[in-house]
Amino acid sequence: MATHATHTLVGDRMSATDVPEFLDLKGEHHPEGGTMLGFWIYLMSDCLIFAVLFATYAVLGRSYAAGPSPKDLFDLPIVAVNTSMLLFSSITYGFAMLAMEKDDLAKTQLWLAITGLFGAAFVGLELYEFAHLIHEGATPQRSGFLSAFFTLVGTHGLHVTFGLIWLVTLMIQTRLKGLGAENKRRLMCLSMFWHFLDVIWIGVFTFVYLMGVLQ
Amino acid sequence: MFANTDLQHLLFGRLSLEDIPFHEPILQVTFAGVAVAGIAVIAAITYFRFWGPLWRDWLTSVDHKKIGIMYVVLALVMLLRGFADALLMRSQQAMAFGTNEGFLPPHHYDQIFTAHGVIMIFFVAMPFVTGLMNFVVPLQIGARDVAFPFLNNLSFWMTVSGAATIMISLFVGEFARTGWLAYPPLSGADMSPGVGVDYYIWGLQIAGIGTTLSGINLVATIVKMRAPGMSMMKLPIFTWTSLCTNVLIVAAFPILAAVLALLSLDRYVGTHFFTNDLGGNPMMYFNLIWIWGHPEVYILILPAFGVFSEVTSAFSGKRLFGYTSMVYATVVITILSYLVWLHHFFTMGSGASVNSFFGLTTMIISIPTGAKIFNWLFTMYRGRIRFDVPMLWTVSFMVTFTIGGMTGVLLAVPPADFVLHNSLFLIAHFHNVIIGGVLFGMFAGVNYWFPKAFGFKLDEFWGKVSFWFWTIGFYVAFMPLYVLGLMGVTRRAQHFDDPSLQIWFVIAAIGAGLIALGIGAMIVQFAVSIKNREALRDVTGDPWEGRTLEWATSSPPPDYNFAFTPVVHSLDAWWDMKARGFQRPLSGYKPIHMPKNTATGVILGVVSIVFSFAMIWYIWWLAALTFVAMLAITIGHTFNYNRDFYIPAETVSRTEKRRTEALAARV
Repeated sequence: MATHATHTLVGDRMSATDVPEFLDLKGEHHPEGGTMLGFWIYLMSDCLIFAVLFATYAVLGRSYAAGPSPKDLFDLPIVAVNTSMLLFSSITYGFAMLAMEKDDLAKTQLWLAITGLFGAAFVGLELYEFAHLIHEGATPQRSGFLSAFFTLVGTHGLHVTFGLIWLVTLMIQTRLKGLGAENKRRLMCLSMFWHFLDVIWIGVFTFVYLMGVLQ
Repeated sequence: MFANTDLQHLLFGRLSLEDIPFHEPILQVTFAGVAVAGIAVIAAITYFRFWGPLWRDWLTSVDHKKIGIMYVVLALVMLLRGFADALLMRSQQAMAFGTNEGFLPPHHYDQIFTAHGVIMIFFVAMPFVTGLMNFVVPLQIGARDVAFPFLNNLSFWMTVSGAATIMISLFVGEFARTGWLAYPPLSGADMSPGVGVDYYIWGLQIAGIGTTLSGINLVATIVKMRAPGMSMMKLPIFTWTSLCTNVLIVAAFPILAAVLALLSLDRYVGTHFFTNDLGGNPMMYFNLIWIWGHPEVYILILPAFGVFSEVTSAFSGKRLFGYTSMVYATVVITILSYLVWLHHFFTMGSGASVNSFFGLTTMIISIPTGAKIFNWLFTMYRGRIRFDVPMLWTVSFMVTFTIGGMTGVLLAVPPADFVLHNSLFLIAHFHNVIIGGVLFGMFAGVNYWFPKAFGFKLDEFWGKVSFWFWTIGFYVAFMPLYVLGLMGVTRRAQHFDDPSLQIWFVIAAIGAGLIALGIGAMIVQFAVSIKNREALRDVTGDPWEGRTLEWATSSPPPDYNFAFTPVVHSLDAWWDMKARGFQRPLSGYKPIHMPKNTATGVILGVVSIVFSFAMIWYIWWLAALTFVAMLAITIGHTFNYNRDFYIPAETVSRTEKRRTEALAARV
């Protein structure tokens, strides 16, 4: 966009005279919004936090300290249900974005609400799983493995929780202000955040749960 | 009685009156000094009726120039604190021999060296670098602000919040006694049960969030907001180094955040990440913290390299030699900085192959760095060099940094490192590169861009006095530490037995005294320059025959930076404009779109200080309250859709007319 404008600006005038145009006198140059790029960079920085947690889990994942191992603890059917909740929520968020593109506020809100319910179900199941583990004595204080497990999975859960707060906020804001450019941009950001958490969860599911039970 | 203590515990956590160090005379005097200075500042602001303008034009400002200046002011204030710590350490080590215990007991001395390191890196060097980048980068790329102006203000206040948290530890409780990177298990709950490490954690965590956000902001700014025509290979070199630094910030600071969070969990929740028992692994902390820590030193030095490049080319009156190779060298350093972290702990015992790998990568970094040194030398070669103060700092840097670089290569050899690890040789090395590189660079930058920020030059005489005291003081203070390090003296010792070592410490203390004079001269330089500002005034906006776009506008620049966005045709765009007979237009102004100021950043900063304080002292109700408050304020802020306004064309026209008149009056 901007570069295109530049070329015409520079091109015409250069040929006309020896002194080229040094200023954008007509006010033709408008820098593009950096929000999407900025948010993408933020996601990458967040990704590094997860990288640290995954690396920590890789180092401590077998430090059971004579305590329980993944095989003793993980209940794959529940985790499978949990995973599907999050995957469905990504799909429904996608539907919300399609509705947004068509400027259909009611449908956008509906799909956002469904996404929120799936997300809440995910967090609820995770909390249930945590409560169950703690009840069995598998607390974060029990071993290096459990510290790393609770922190990695819990950090992801915390992200989803913040995503839910954000989602509710955006539902209120779209109700108040409609689907203007600003709100569309915000919905796009949350969309990237939501799908990002989905990708992280695939990593958690594979690396922590599946490979943990296979050991 | 029992119920009473219970209530007290609920209300104040572990905080009680005994935590205020009434019995420490040094701290009492310091507190009195800080209190008197604080009251004087408040009185002065009240007397000059400055509260309104301070709040409206500075604290709540989203203008990148003002935020940049505030960052540098923060850095200078914290430099005084950090340097006071240095003076205490140098005098303690100069006297604590044999039966003389010095004046600092070990528990106090340990806090001082920790605070010195933390403050100098996080709250002097970082704000200095961030401040210069904030001020200069948008001007150099012909933009009117950064990509996210509010976020910029918030980042600044997060940094201030971290600094304030560290400062509170001086008078309430204690600071960490662990060294500046707080290695576990020493920093764990068992060995450091007090509040010191918690002050460390929360101060750095909050400031680190600010740094990450400002990194994201500046990357987006440089990528998205360049003036038309400014392709990446026409980017001024300081902006290039800033881009690489901010990429490093975004890629390194999240790791610090995660490591600090894991250490917090160990301390607050009782997990076993870095403990010695139940499966914890302290060496994981060493690896993780240095995966942040090594890029961090390049985060600091790259913008300094950028300053030196700008200064060398401006004061040699020549285009920078080897611009392309300079850019590639910067990028190569950026990448390599991620592949060397293990050289900070060769002695961990990773084995010969791992140590060789990291030794080699470390040595390889000296190649692009050496290329840079040659580029600067060739820029000067056959140039018409003017030895103004910024250039003096640059020349001193080239010599000093080369020495520091060579001792760095020595330390990069694993077998040599086994002998020199944690010795004073290491201390001398990193002060050699951080003072001789980063700090000299920042001083060059301040002297170079000060006229742009305020419209008058800094006093030359006092600038030179400061320069000579700093340079000589540096050598006198740190060359003895190389000698001591080679003799096997280790760092962080509060007392020595061997009296033959004392002379070297006395020399080093004299050096610290010379540096103190250098800092004093710098303060005098600011005072004298402000007093003589009319004589030092520069109305051209281009006092150094500059080459890049920041010199194309007035000094200080108007809020909107440029009345018309510049169109770039060449590297050194402003030089190109001057050379080809650019005429400043006198009419045809248009309204300019600008962001509005907001108080949200300041408010969040203050609330986050209270939050940190509550977490440090286990005041859980207050921590919960302030956390919810921060969340509510943030969400509340997003309900404000009215964030920008237009500066009317008449206002632009009036501002530009004043400049036209000033320029005419000069001739």
